[in-house]
Amino acid sequence: MGVDRKAFLRITGMSLAALAAKRAAGAFTKSGPSEAMSAPGTLNARRWAMIIDARKCLKQEGCDLCIRACNRSHNVPEISDRRHEVKWIWKEPFKNAFISEQSEYANAMFQNKPFVVFCNHCDRPPCVRVCPTQATWKREDGIVMMDWHRCIGCRYCMAACPYGSRSFNWVDPRPYIKDLTADFPTRTKGVVEKCTFCAERLARGKPPACVEACEPKALIFGDLEDPASAVRQILRLNFAIRRKAELGTAPEVYYVI
Amino acid sequence: MHDRGLIVAGLLAFLGLITLPVWYDLAAGKTPREPDLKLPAHEKECVAPIPYMKTSHMQLLNEWRDQVVRKNIQTYTAYNGRAYAISLTATCLQQCHTDKAGFCDRCHTFNGVRSPYCWDCHVDPQTVHQAVQQTHAARTGEQDGR
Amino acid sequence: MFMFEKALIGGRRYWIWVLALFAVIGVGFLAYLRQLDYGLGITGLSRDVTWGLYVAQFTFLVGVAASAVMVVLPYYLHDYKAFGKITILGQFLAISAVSMCMLFILVDMGQPVRVLNLLLYPTPRSMMFWDMVSLSGYLLLNAVIALVTLSAERNSVPPPGWIKPVILISIPWAVGMRTVTAFVYSGLPGRSFWLTAILAPRFLASALASGPALLILLCMVMRKLTRFDAGKEAIQKLAIIVTYAMIINVFFVLVEIFTVFYSRIPEPMEHFEYLFAGLNGGASLAPWMWTSMVLGVISVILLIVPRTRGDERVLALAAVLVFVSLWIDKGIVFVVGGFVPSPLGAVTEYAPTLPEIAITLGIWAVGFLMLTVFYKITLSVRATLAGME
Repeated sequence: MGVDRKAFLRITGMSLAALAAKRAAGAFTKSGPSEAMSAPGTLNARRWAMIIDARKCLKQEGCDLCIRACNRSHNVPEISDRRHEVKWIWKEPFKNAFISEQSEYANAMFQNKPFVVFCNHCDRPPCVRVCPTQATWKREDGIVMMDWHRCIGCRYCMAACPYGSRSFNWVDPRPYIKDLTADFPTRTKGVVEKCTFCAERLARGKPPACVEACEPKALIFGDLEDPASAVRQILRLNFAIRRKAELGTAPEVYYVI
Repeated sequence: MHDRGLIVAGLLAFLGLITLPVWYDLAAGKTPREPDLKLPAHEKECVAPIPYMKTSHMQLLNEWRDQVVRKNIQTYTAYNGRAYAISLTATCLQQCHTDKAGFCDRCHTFNGVRSPYCWDCHVDPQTVHQAVQQTHAARTGEQDGR
Repeated sequence: MFMFEKALIGGRRYWIWVLALFAVIGVGFLAYLRQLDYGLGITGLSRDVTWGLYVAQFTFLVGVAASAVMVVLPYYLHDYKAFGKITILGQFLAISAVSMCMLFILVDMGQPVRVLNLLLYPTPRSMMFWDMVSLSGYLLLNAVIALVTLSAERNSVPPPGWIKPVILISIPWAVGMRTVTAFVYSGLPGRSFWLTAILAPRFLASALASGPALLILLCMVMRKLTRFDAGKEAIQKLAIIVTYAMIINVFFVLVEIFTVFYSRIPEPMEHFEYLFAGLNGGASLAPWMWTSMVLGVISVILLIVPRTRGDERVLALAAVLVFVSLWIDKGIVFVVGGFVPSPLGAVTEYAPTLPEIAITLGIWAVGFLMLTVFYKITLSVRATLAGME
């Protein structure tokens, strides 16, 4: 016999350790997914942000065009059991959406008025920080993106999100999708999903579905790093608030009230 | 050895069972044929050479997945210089292999690859088309008072 | 292999116990197959309460696993001879507990087939990555240590010199592992129930109380059922460790309550209000919370008084109270309480479903099976040695 058992175990152990060290070194040195290629026909930015003009939105009582557009274009399932619901964009009363602004009288004007909420695509997203497989990450253009192929469904990102923006597929969503479209995949049970600022539409030069569907043009989408963009103009001239800004997540969804 | 007969008989029975997949079809007179695949009607060239696609389309799809989702690279330049949008549904299914059941599924079933999990999420445009047609037929049926 | 044949020889009681465990494991396994098919919707979890029984059991058991350090440290660092017979028991308890932890994480995952993504795409900024590293490392350390020391004992030779630094490494490793598990929770800005610096110390204190308490009970059970006797001194020393750890644990909880209720910041307060009294009509955890508190206080009283601590029947009761109190705390209340109310102020209650409980019991049975097999092997080795002398 050539190699005895101890020597074999030693060699195997050292080989595995070397492999692991190589991987670990890669993990520490790699910075993440590389720069998006700016091809013709795409919408590019350095910091995508969304403004919700609540003044215009609140005038349309009962309107849910943005929600229906998003659900339709992304095969978002409609699950009646509140425990298992999946929602990317929905309406929440002011006192819940802006829970840190709790006051008996200061917000009396808005307390129960519905405000549209969705993923804030934070500049310092806690969900990205905690994801153990980089199934969610922050792109160079500011979008907090999802990779449904890699998500292991640990739901750590859901625990980390201070806004409750993320949904988990507790069951197979297919039976609950009203109008299935082939333009966008569905998701499978066991992965987390959320708004992705319609990255697939931006790649084809189109604005997010909700922005396009909004009739009073209350949703404004643009590049915060571009001083001439619509979002910068509006923020210069109007007072805007963000949800739970004190937590340091730097949300990029602004509400002009 | 008293049990030699029993042991040998047992071994023969085991060998027979373990080689069942090999001789069963031969005994029944069925010869395995290659699956009858429905090729695309309009396209003659694939995004990569056919032999490569036969062996490695899975790897290509994995690369496509990472390019689109993680690197936001939307276009693929094929070996013949043609540019394709990187999309399983839009390019592979809608542009060329419109009959998923007649092409993709047939080969997968033949090779015992039970429904690659891609289809858990990626939608076959054919099923959506059929569903829309069914709804339309049902609606016109109602209108005619049938 | 690994002296496993020693676990295959046993009396009637032994086999009834083992078969009962297999039955529970079987039921749990079937329930898990159902969960794989249907999805995690088969549990009582919801969009608001995304972690429940599985992750809570994991959180509790990491503490039990880390507590092996409390028998290893006195013996190897301070030459406390009375623990000589039970360090291996502590290490086997650690192995069983860590295995249970990993199983609980696996059954909680939405896409368990993708578990290798944790290794293929290592993410050092995520605390869950370090959790996986520290748990795996701890399992490996304890497995090597237990195997080497038990083999050496069986062959009546001293263990090889290189095992000593490995054992010493396991001490800070255990503390680090427990701390990382706390960091999984205490770094989340949106969960004010968990966002406290005292979380890691709290986790360590409860670990060092619950683990040795279980070890005391295991030693007492073995003294009754087998010829193994850990010795009165060892058990009393473990009792003192549990006493101090439990006092510190209760103190930490009171300190947290002060900070939250004196500062009166609404969000953290509402979590505690929900747990103690209920919020917006939802109060399902209040009985559990109060039971945990009361049992904890009673156990501290029983443990502090030397006469009751010295009486082994009362000590057994106190150990049970400690274990149950801390199991309710870390194994139910701590995790669920962090999700109620939700970041939007909603109160969504959580109660585990039958399949969820079946899977949980199945994994506990796996842990107890491992423990049974390991202890059987250990005791057989020692019985053989005693018989040879």
